[in-house]
Amino acid sequence: MPFIPHTQEDIDAMLEVIGAADLESLFDEIPVGLKGHPLSSLPEAMSEQAVTRLMQERSARDVCGPCFIGAGAYRHHIPAAVWELTTRGEFYSAYTPYQAEASQGTLQLLYEFQSMMTGLTAMDVSNASLYDGASALAEAILMAIRANRRASSRRVLVAGTLHPVYRQVAESIVGAQGIVLETLEAPLRDGALDAEAMAALDGAAAVVVQQPNFYGRLEDVDMLTDQAHGAGALVIAVVNPVAMALLRPPGNWGRDGADIVCGEGQPLGVPLSSGGPYFGFLCARQAFVRQMPGRIVGRTVDLEGTPGYTLTLQAREQHIRRSKATSNICTNQGLMVTAATIYMALLGGEGLRRVALACHHNTVSLTEQLCTLSGVRPLHQGPCFHERVLELPRPASQIIERLAAVGVLAGYDLGRHDPDMANCLLVCATELITGDDIARYRQALEAVLREEAA
Amino acid sequence: MRNDPLIFEQGRPGRRAAAQAPGDFPVGAGIPDRFLRAGPARLPEVSELQVVRHYTRLSQKNFSIDTQFYPLGSCTMKYNPRGCNRLAMLPGFLDRHPWAPDSVSQGVMSCLHDLQEMLAEVTGMAGVSLTPMAGAQGEFAGVAMIRAYHLARGDEARNEILVPDAAHGTNPATAVMCGYKVREIPTDRDGDVDLEALKQALGPQTAGIMLTNPSTLGVFERRITEMAELVHKAGGLLYYDGANLNAILGKARPGDMGFDVIHMNLHKTFSTPHGGGGPGSGAIGVSKRLLPHMPVPVVAREGEAYRWLTERDLPQTIGRLSAFMGNTGVVLRAYVYARMLGREGMGRVADFATLNANYLMCRLRAEGFQVWFPQRRASHEFIISLKQEAKELGATAMDFAKRLLDYGYHAPTAYFPLLVPECLLIEPTETETREELDGFVEAMVCIRDEARRDPDYLKQAPYTLPVRRLDEVRAAKELDLKWLPGTPALKEQE
Repeated sequence: MPFIPHTQEDIDAMLEVIGAADLESLFDEIPVGLKGHPLSSLPEAMSEQAVTRLMQERSARDVCGPCFIGAGAYRHHIPAAVWELTTRGEFYSAYTPYQAEASQGTLQLLYEFQSMMTGLTAMDVSNASLYDGASALAEAILMAIRANRRASSRRVLVAGTLHPVYRQVAESIVGAQGIVLETLEAPLRDGALDAEAMAALDGAAAVVVQQPNFYGRLEDVDMLTDQAHGAGALVIAVVNPVAMALLRPPGNWGRDGADIVCGEGQPLGVPLSSGGPYFGFLCARQAFVRQMPGRIVGRTVDLEGTPGYTLTLQAREQHIRRSKATSNICTNQGLMVTAATIYMALLGGEGLRRVALACHHNTVSLTEQLCTLSGVRPLHQGPCFHERVLELPRPASQIIERLAAVGVLAGYDLGRHDPDMANCLLVCATELITGDDIARYRQALEAVLREEAA
Repeated sequence: MRNDPLIFEQGRPGRRAAAQAPGDFPVGAGIPDRFLRAGPARLPEVSELQVVRHYTRLSQKNFSIDTQFYPLGSCTMKYNPRGCNRLAMLPGFLDRHPWAPDSVSQGVMSCLHDLQEMLAEVTGMAGVSLTPMAGAQGEFAGVAMIRAYHLARGDEARNEILVPDAAHGTNPATAVMCGYKVREIPTDRDGDVDLEALKQALGPQTAGIMLTNPSTLGVFERRITEMAELVHKAGGLLYYDGANLNAILGKARPGDMGFDVIHMNLHKTFSTPHGGGGPGSGAIGVSKRLLPHMPVPVVAREGEAYRWLTERDLPQTIGRLSAFMGNTGVVLRAYVYARMLGREGMGRVADFATLNANYLMCRLRAEGFQVWFPQRRASHEFIISLKQEAKELGATAMDFAKRLLDYGYHAPTAYFPLLVPECLLIEPTETETREELDGFVEAMVCIRDEARRDPDYLKQAPYTLPVRRLDEVRAAKELDLKWLPGTPALKEQE
């Protein structure tokens, strides 16, 4: 019996202690009519050997790259030590650290994580993670509504340059609470928000700005932050954590800095893994700490005065406050945070800055190389981080399929969200992309374009 | 006890794990200065060995399933098979970008589709979506679908969700997130939902009821079919919280009980790791009438090919809950586990989880501990109350819980459900041996003897862990949530 240790002797002896005739009688409180479905469509059990073969065959069918897709998930080098340590059973198979004395390893690590994230974002406080970047934004919006007591409205303005899926997720999650998300409607200047955009601010509780934005462009975050604050709105920053090693962190935006910062933690040592598990992070000003959702770890002392770590401010959470909690979140993404903490410790500020710079450098050279092809041009000119929108002579969706067939994952089709951008492809090159990868991409794209032109 | 300085405190300016980072590039003209950060981010400056040693040492300060019996009620801390971990981390799955085209992703999609089908069959539901990233998000999806169902029918007056008083805190918190009022339903003396109170509460304002079955009291709701009829007759829907699915896996199906929507904690029932607080996975299953409202994306099979269903295919969906497809890596672990169990293995999970719980309950009762529902069969978990010990010896559930750690057992869930005074909710799971359960009983008896000899001794426990009992009041009052350069480590108290 897989994973069940009982011998027949155990079973007999245990049933005798219980005073039950057989295993079936342990279910005698379940009405007879509800029991005994044959489950006939389920397959037979497989041994570890057989399931290994099955999974190897299936995983070998999928194409992983070279990968020039970004759009919210990024393939970076993950040092070997990160997952060797993360999958140690003591991290991997532990529960949420409610019993602090028996969880000091995870708790100290989370405290270190909070310290790293506040360092990276230049914010006062960090929680111990949420599910992913998009759902973290939803939580940030709910938090801003609670925190901004001066605002009378439940309107939140969302930059049109925010990742459209983040917008969709935020709507699915906050929609039922009477919160209205409105787009900052303004003509974009070169793929970034314009000062005019902020005219619509009046009375909004918060503004959501992404840096770098969905198109890879850098926003004028100082201007946006100051204007939002001037209109009494809180600023929610959605940021890429690797970019923060290079770019000005949200805590230093404008005169007073952003109020709440969230984003996708995946670039920090978490594999692409077909979309998850990743982790969302959330940082804020000290004044809003009691409005934060999710776990927070604090340092304290034990009864001998030895320093130790524990979950704190639990009166915000569902297991204490029930219907009055700041969120329903319980389990978060602890193991991903373990990986990210080890990753950041290994890279350090300088290593992470180099990763960011290498990504930027590779994306610039990717863009230059591809734009030597006839009909391919960058849609925007202004500064970008590690993504760029390329305009192609054909629909991006067709080109993506053609290149995938030869093993190149070309990018993200912007026509998914905007029919006017059907010919636009969002490309990304992280530090893992080599000159050869770029040459291969260029060659494959050239072949497809030439074929189609003929 | 061993004090491990923070990783920051072990660093020196300029020290680096150089092999981990790429070479240096100039910033160049691409990014103007005003966008750049003034100095490096405040992160540790340490060597690779320092990192490996530090986090290995920290890991050794944790209890975990791999190192200890972990009978945490309602958490299903069963063995997490290593094979599941290894196979979910095969390169084709691990390095695959979530936006890679369907045409080159058929391998992973076939696994997800298979699991959707298997979960639907074993729970008796018409369809499954794997996107919710944890149990609480599965709950959110479930209640949001109930809301979408009523609104789609123009039934807008339903503004109330019923929740038994023994429910997990996530239930009422979720209902509020979905814009509902919460009404609590009491439990009767035998641990079942009070049917009369339920009848009173039902009405045209009822959107639905959230139930855990077996309940958090560790017993099966015996009148579930009758309850389902009552709720449906009132126009409400039934939501099944899958926290305790391990108790009935392969034995009885929520769909057959009349539930319209369920969430499953794949990190409980399907044995994916808890990871020190996640990632989980809160797959949901729905009855036919909720199929149009499932969260997207969902994998569909068309002939021999798989493709993602999105908003275009399901225009009435409650939408997306994650940027991508949910916690795919967790789902793959659950898939490997489900394939290793197979048809015959599903029911065995419930058989042996229930055998272990009833055995442990009977042994503790024989040793004189108060089982809260002695007249009931335990499900996969049960409650004992230490009310007597607290009153006579001054030894509370908290004291027993902390002292158990010294004996090498993780504490059971304490003080939940809130209805039972001084309670421990104990869930041994099917993967533990009889010897392990006997050892736990012995520890409980020893601890009670210690309390009889010297009640104060327990108040000080634990004694042998990396720290003694922590000052949680101070943690919440004098917030210390991050390290800053130049702040001395906390001073030892005089």
